[in-house]
Amino acid sequence: MNIPADLKYTKEHEWVRREGDTVTIGITDYAQGELGDVVFVELPQAGDAVQKEDAFGTIEAVKAVADLFCPVDGEVTEVNDALADAPDTVNTDPYGEGWMVKVKMSAPDQFDTLLSAADYEKLIS
Amino acid sequence: MDLKKTALYDVHVRLHAKMVPFAGYAMPVQYRGIREEHRRVRQTVGVFDVSHMGEIVISGPRALDMVEKLTVNDVASLAVGQAQYTAMCYPHGGIVDDLLVYRFADRFLLVVNAANIEKDFNWMLENKIDGCEIENQSARYTQLAVQGKKAEATLQKLTDVDLNAIPFYWFTEGVLAGVPMIISRTGYTGEPGFELYFDNAPAEEVWEHIFSAGAEFDIEPIGLGARDSLRLEKKMCLYGNDIDDTTNPLEAGLGWITKLDKGDFIGREALQKIKEQGVTRRLVAFVLDKPGFPRKGYPILKDGENVGQVTSGTVSPILEKGIGLGYVNRPHTKTGTSIEIDIRGRRLPATIIKPPFV
Repeated sequence: MNIPADLKYTKEHEWVRREGDTVTIGITDYAQGELGDVVFVELPQAGDAVQKEDAFGTIEAVKAVADLFCPVDGEVTEVNDALADAPDTVNTDPYGEGWMVKVKMSAPDQFDTLLSAADYEKLIS
Repeated sequence: MDLKKTALYDVHVRLHAKMVPFAGYAMPVQYRGIREEHRRVRQTVGVFDVSHMGEIVISGPRALDMVEKLTVNDVASLAVGQAQYTAMCYPHGGIVDDLLVYRFADRFLLVVNAANIEKDFNWMLENKIDGCEIENQSARYTQLAVQGKKAEATLQKLTDVDLNAIPFYWFTEGVLAGVPMIISRTGYTGEPGFELYFDNAPAEEVWEHIFSAGAEFDIEPIGLGARDSLRLEKKMCLYGNDIDDTTNPLEAGLGWITKLDKGDFIGREALQKIKEQGVTRRLVAFVLDKPGFPRKGYPILKDGENVGQVTSGTVSPILEKGIGLGYVNRPHTKTGTSIEIDIRGRRLPATIIKPPFV
């Protein structure tokens, strides 16, 4: 199971990468494996205000549908439009090209409360 | 409860299949990925371990009468060596199961859904007539489905039986990969192909031979996930989704297997009445007009009014569109009718089409 040590995680299987006050969000390798082939991703729009634990996206996979939960408060600055044409990128490169949303944090200290890689590994084992 | 294993369980694990519980068995739902596997079967050839399916044998001097009583299709019209898609109904017309009936010189083989083996077998015993024997041989058989345009070319390398001479829905008994088996030109994918029934013992050997023979066609193992999307694209019913004891064959679009004038059978009277009165709903096939994933249980609307429910759905790996089946109240069932599917509160436009989808 691939759980990069430099990322933070949520109980709902999102990963979070921080660059300044902006975070990039996607779903973990474990999550994509459980969901199976992703066929369709619905994401919020740039400019949307979002709150921690909001369901702000939907991931439709062959076997199940899952909500994408926002890990922090803030504003959506960018969404990965490439997923509309190639949703399977979420399966093949979950931590890279399969990223979903970028959010500018309004309360950056929320980032520190997210799970570490070690905590997340415990959660799914 | 411990899950049962097919004779090919170890092979699936070695292939890193994702194993899931299904009808009491540990079964491979996918190997490489459902959509890739789906396309493999549409393009060349794939192999499914479907040994979880049930095999029930009816023999004896009155075996034909027994199968006629149990099933809705015309069994007497079958020649020896021929197979038939059919269903068993309850007296009220609801469906016990859908199944295949194979006619041998001295017996009938009934191939039933894995989840229904016990229920079906008990139903048959309950309705048994004198002069026949009913035997559940499900544990004895390995069943492989080899499906796709290259299925025949693959299997022909392994047998002296002239496969080309077996018509659709006919079968023969012969040796393939050194193993005596039933070779049947049937399947659940809408592609040309075969289903093979043989003893469990040589299962791994037969599997290996088929994969060697099919290597030039990029043959792949196919899981239950792709089995479901392949059958759905061809509008083949899945028991537990599209048909069950609350649905009858006439509304399910299975009028073509329901031979009301063949003589008496269980459910005939009720079905005759339903036919005379006309069905109140029909199982329709629809395509979503916008991106979305229709799933079982989602409401179907017409002009804002609830007129039905989705029974099966997926995003077609071939069309790249949401497709599904569902029961819709008449008169909204005509081809071309615009409907809406309520996808967790969002209503997406869809159109009723004439199946199959591909």
